[in-house]
Amino acid sequence: MTVNLPTLQPGQSGTITAIHAGEDLYHRLAALGFRVGKRLEIVRKGCCSGPLQVRIGTTDVIMRRHDALQIDVKVPG
Amino acid sequence: MKRIALLGMPNTGKSTFFNRLTGASARVGNWPGITVDLMSAKVPLGGAMAEIVDLPGIYDLHGFSDDEQVVRHFLENTPVDLVLLILNTSQIERQLALALQIKQLGLPSVLLLNMSDEAKKFGITVNTSSMAEQLGMPVVLFSAKYGEHYQEAMSVVAAAIGASHPVQLESLREKLQPDHQIEASMEAVLKKSVIIPERLSEQLSDRLDRVLLHPFWGILLFFAAMFLVFQAVFAFGKPLQDGVAWLLELFKDYALEPLLTGLPAPLHGFLIDGLYNGVGTVAAFVPVIVLFFLLMAVVEDTGYLSRAAFLMDALMSRMGLDGRSFVMVLMGFGCNVPALMGTRVMRSRPLRLLSMLVIPFSLCSARLQVFLFITTALFTAKQAPLVLFSLYLLSFATAILTALLFRKRFQNNEPFILELPPYRLPTLRQIVLRGWHEVHHFLSRASKFIVAGVVLVWLLTHLPFSAQPASPETWAGLIGGAMEPLLAPLGIDHKLAVALIFGLVAKEIVIGSLAVIFSLEGDALTRAIAQQMDWVQAYSFMLFTLVYTPCLSTIATLRSESKSLGFTLLSLGWSLGLAWTLSFAFYQGARALGL
Ligand SMILES: Nc1nc2c(ncn2[C@@H]2O[C@H](COP(=O)(O)OP(=O)(O)O)[C@@H](O)[C@H]2O)c(=O)[nH]1
Repeated sequence: MTVNLPTLQPGQSGTITAIHAGEDLYHRLAALGFRVGKRLEIVRKGCCSGPLQVRIGTTDVIMRRHDALQIDVKVPG
Repeated sequence: MKRIALLGMPNTGKSTFFNRLTGASARVGNWPGITVDLMSAKVPLGGAMAEIVDLPGIYDLHGFSDDEQVVRHFLENTPVDLVLLILNTSQIERQLALALQIKQLGLPSVLLLNMSDEAKKFGITVNTSSMAEQLGMPVVLFSAKYGEHYQEAMSVVAAAIGASHPVQLESLREKLQPDHQIEASMEAVLKKSVIIPERLSEQLSDRLDRVLLHPFWGILLFFAAMFLVFQAVFAFGKPLQDGVAWLLELFKDYALEPLLTGLPAPLHGFLIDGLYNGVGTVAAFVPVIVLFFLLMAVVEDTGYLSRAAFLMDALMSRMGLDGRSFVMVLMGFGCNVPALMGTRVMRSRPLRLLSMLVIPFSLCSARLQVFLFITTALFTAKQAPLVLFSLYLLSFATAILTALLFRKRFQNNEPFILELPPYRLPTLRQIVLRGWHEVHHFLSRASKFIVAGVVLVWLLTHLPFSAQPASPETWAGLIGGAMEPLLAPLGIDHKLAVALIFGLVAKEIVIGSLAVIFSLEGDALTRAIAQQMDWVQAYSFMLFTLVYTPCLSTIATLRSESKSLGFTLLSLGWSLGLAWTLSFAFYQGARALGL
């Protein structure tokens, strides 16, 4: 099942299937290791629609939800 | 002299390496067409001197963030002999892209793989000779912080710089191959030379984060931490400031005064009360800046600043700011000057400017002194705390209003994606160097402006010399008189207007200036003020003082940090206008209600 990243619950992980970001965001994401086929995990979500903490490889990043909406991930089931 | 550019992703230990290499000798240099500060230093390397320039941390040579453009601009316009690329070994699987980008540009380079200690902890091993062969550049695994293999790294660098020639960079963009090609080469290099364990063991950072990023406990601890930092600046800053003042006084009494006796009174006054006081004003900020940045270094180097950004982002993003701005605004309640300098952690220029526009509204400890004096003079012991509290609320309200009004103008279009580094212990050396660099920066950039301003105000309040200082006959008095039509609707008379002119220099001296203006001291001054105005006027005066303009040192810092006179004037104009409007609305409103 493919969903966008903010739908994932903390502790849940998935595989990136698409990144719909504009050039700026795309570059930044790519440099941080976000590429199609990579696995990532949501570590936690900030309260009051705050940012997400995402773990990808050995890197932890925080990103806002509207940026995370641009990332599609596949989750089992 | 050969020139070396230091390049790397943010948070890879670039500054740590730079500081280890250059110690306290580094200076902020000016580079053509570049609006951010670049530190550089001359160091002996392989028998000759070389200039080493610390470029901003970037993710991608091909990217479009402000910093990425600065780096490209620098490389395109400044011939370098060698690029030192620093990467974080424990994130090598993604950071290697930068090395391949450098390689494709044909830049002579050395790859320094930093944080060998953390890589070891993660169980990551790197075969540096295999990697060097594939990349076509020397590779050294070392630790900038703990010095492991540092000497080895430096001898590799020395050898490389000896053999290299400067490269002129043109058509940088064209030379960059499409990203997918880089990706393919990266996979190949990684497969051959790096082993990364399938799952990373749970780290201490995860456990700490569970508490520190907790929606309730995390925020509570954040405010507690901020409060502590704030108290520490107060608790240690005040005695230190007093100490500096005492030393300056001592120097004046025992060296300057004897030296200058016999000079005509006006010249004597000019030198001591004008010029020397100006120097004193600058000096008073030094302990606060040192303290502030000692603490900031801890907050930043431990990795806590990004956590604070995480906690506060939900609130701040609505105002066009981010969590780090909030930390700086809070710091501004201690002193605006270091808070403004601290905005340098924000790498997007519009975001940084917006934060700098907001910070001067923070009710700093100097303004608090004025308000304490006036509230004691005019309000009962029961009312006074409420009055003070209302001023703090107004301080927040004006800050929020400013952010909301200007967020379109200073629109930040860099995505907010921050790395969350693992918690790290800062070393003493890092902390001390940080304090030293910031003080040096402040002194070299802002001190002339501050001294000139203090001298100017002294002249205004003492010329012509035939008049009583700060009296209506002096130039300041004349200006105060001329502004009467503007200030009378706020309930501020010409005497208080002169005090406001003094307040431009530093809020600390407003009370002292009132003593001069009224020729009274202590309780007598308190009584005179209480008779001079009623509470509505007093509150209007405090409102105006809170908002109209930060002190001269803040203005100097705004200018030196923004490098833009236009922005500084915008900030000044906006706060003056807002101050007038608020005081006018309050004073006239209260009078209309018959108060
Ligand atoms: N464990 C470890 N930490 C390091 C090392 N070098 C730097 N750091 C830490 O990494 C963080 C980022 O370093 P800094 O020099 O500010 O990175 P920059 O953003 O690249 O300039 C700081 O907390 C440093 O103390 C190292 O060799 N080992």
